[in-house]
Amino acid sequence: MVNNVKVDVRGLNVWFRENHVLKDITIGIKSNAVTAIMGPSGCGKTTFIRAINRLNELIRGSRTTGEVRIDRENIYNREIDVFELRRRVGMVFQKPNPFPKSIFDNVAFGPRVHGIKDEEELHKIVESSLREAALFDEVYERLGDSALDLSGGQQQRLVIARALAVNPEIILMDEPCSALDPAATAKIEALMRKLAGKYTVVIVTHNMQQAARVSDYTIFLYLGELVEYGITKDVFENPKNELTENYITGKFG
Amino acid sequence: MLYTLCLVGILVSLVSLATLFVDALSDGLPWLDLQFLTSFPSRFPEQAGILAALFGSIWVVGLTALFSFPLGVGAALYLEEYSPKNWLTSFVQLNIANLAGVPSIVYGILSLGLFVEALALGRSVLAGALTMTLLILPVIIVASQEAIRSVPRESRDGAYALGATRWQVVRGIVLPQALSGMLTGTILALSRAIGEAAPMIAIAALVYIRFVPTGPLDRFTVMPIQIYNWVNLPQSEFRGLAAAGIIVLLAVLLSMNSIAIFIRNRYQRRAR
Repeated sequence: MVNNVKVDVRGLNVWFRENHVLKDITIGIKSNAVTAIMGPSGCGKTTFIRAINRLNELIRGSRTTGEVRIDRENIYNREIDVFELRRRVGMVFQKPNPFPKSIFDNVAFGPRVHGIKDEEELHKIVESSLREAALFDEVYERLGDSALDLSGGQQQRLVIARALAVNPEIILMDEPCSALDPAATAKIEALMRKLAGKYTVVIVTHNMQQAARVSDYTIFLYLGELVEYGITKDVFENPKNELTENYITGKFG
Repeated sequence: MLYTLCLVGILVSLVSLATLFVDALSDGLPWLDLQFLTSFPSRFPEQAGILAALFGSIWVVGLTALFSFPLGVGAALYLEEYSPKNWLTSFVQLNIANLAGVPSIVYGILSLGLFVEALALGRSVLAGALTMTLLILPVIIVASQEAIRSVPRESRDGAYALGATRWQVVRGIVLPQALSGMLTGTILALSRAIGEAAPMIAIAALVYIRFVPTGPLDRFTVMPIQIYNWVNLPQSEFRGLAAAGIIVLLAVLLSMNSIAIFIRNRYQRRAR
């Protein structure tokens, strides 16, 4: 596989008050691939992906040093428009979090925020986003219904559609299947593979089988430090680090 | 033991409410008719009515709602979403909590000096409404803050992650979800305002008027003052009129509370 580096992380450190959560992470995340981030709870997985769309700074007492370059541009530069950055870097959360609005208004929220007012254009965007998230056929008759009436799996695909509607380049997913049943999980995993053809997908997962099934590259974090990074197959079959091996074989975690 | 204590507590409050109700109804019902609702006060009990006080109360509460809701919601939004968390903010917060506990007569005296005299609004509906606004503002702010805090963080994060600005998150996510709580808090605070007599007496609202206020600068009276006045008159017939006035006041109060419950249920179902 030959992919370009999309997200180039250099010497990234994140603190929450006194707590040093990420320690000097340097890594190049490849474009048009699925990269899985594994590691035991509290190792900084979520903090790592939230550093890529600068969501950590919404938390009081957080501090970030180092560089995160997207297409060679450091997103922590002063001149960077953080709202435009978050448009380019979509995010899907652990618990499905549709807004208490209609299905249509959920997907249209992002485009509206970025200034699209034309109803016809919004309809086109909503339809294409729902199709891309493999949800359109299930909901096209009831776009005006509340998004909260959808099942958990549908809600998670709806928030994926919501993220796609602002035309992002990178999609971050924070344990997107942890609240879903196996059937819904299978649908989301298939969707991740499909999205990797067009976007750079980064997922956090607790589930090693899931990482092995869907990802091209795997990152293993432990206590805020980068332990191992490589092609998924290599990481699972020939881990270079003893910690990784112990985690994969279930000796801890 | 605890169970019996709770039961006694509930019984005491229910029985006293029922007694009040039955008492007011038995004394007041004979007097409560269309003539009572459409007449001005009079020296003759059979000709006296509550029209002026009823409309005075509606005027005052209406204007109070108009002033206090935007102010209270604005203050709550600022405190929760915008203000830096420093000693000044905590100080403001502490003061709002304290103001909620200040006796209403104190607000009346303040308004007599500030609105009636200094701002020369006179003893008008406007001065009365501004007094009530000061009185219930802390309650509305605190209730609105609670409503804002109950908006889940996942909702906000979801909107921020789409590239929304802080104002867009407030406008599109926080306000719609917090609105029912804010409205409920406001209506309950207004129900308190409609039953207040002390601050209105302090700014010297009239006791005996034979007209309905037609503008915010007209003089006025409110129902609690009218009731208080009737109770103090020597002829026993006026006691019946007072009871009838209490029934009208309770009816207005209960309908305001049911509007609050209606709004809450309606929005909760939608936001479930």
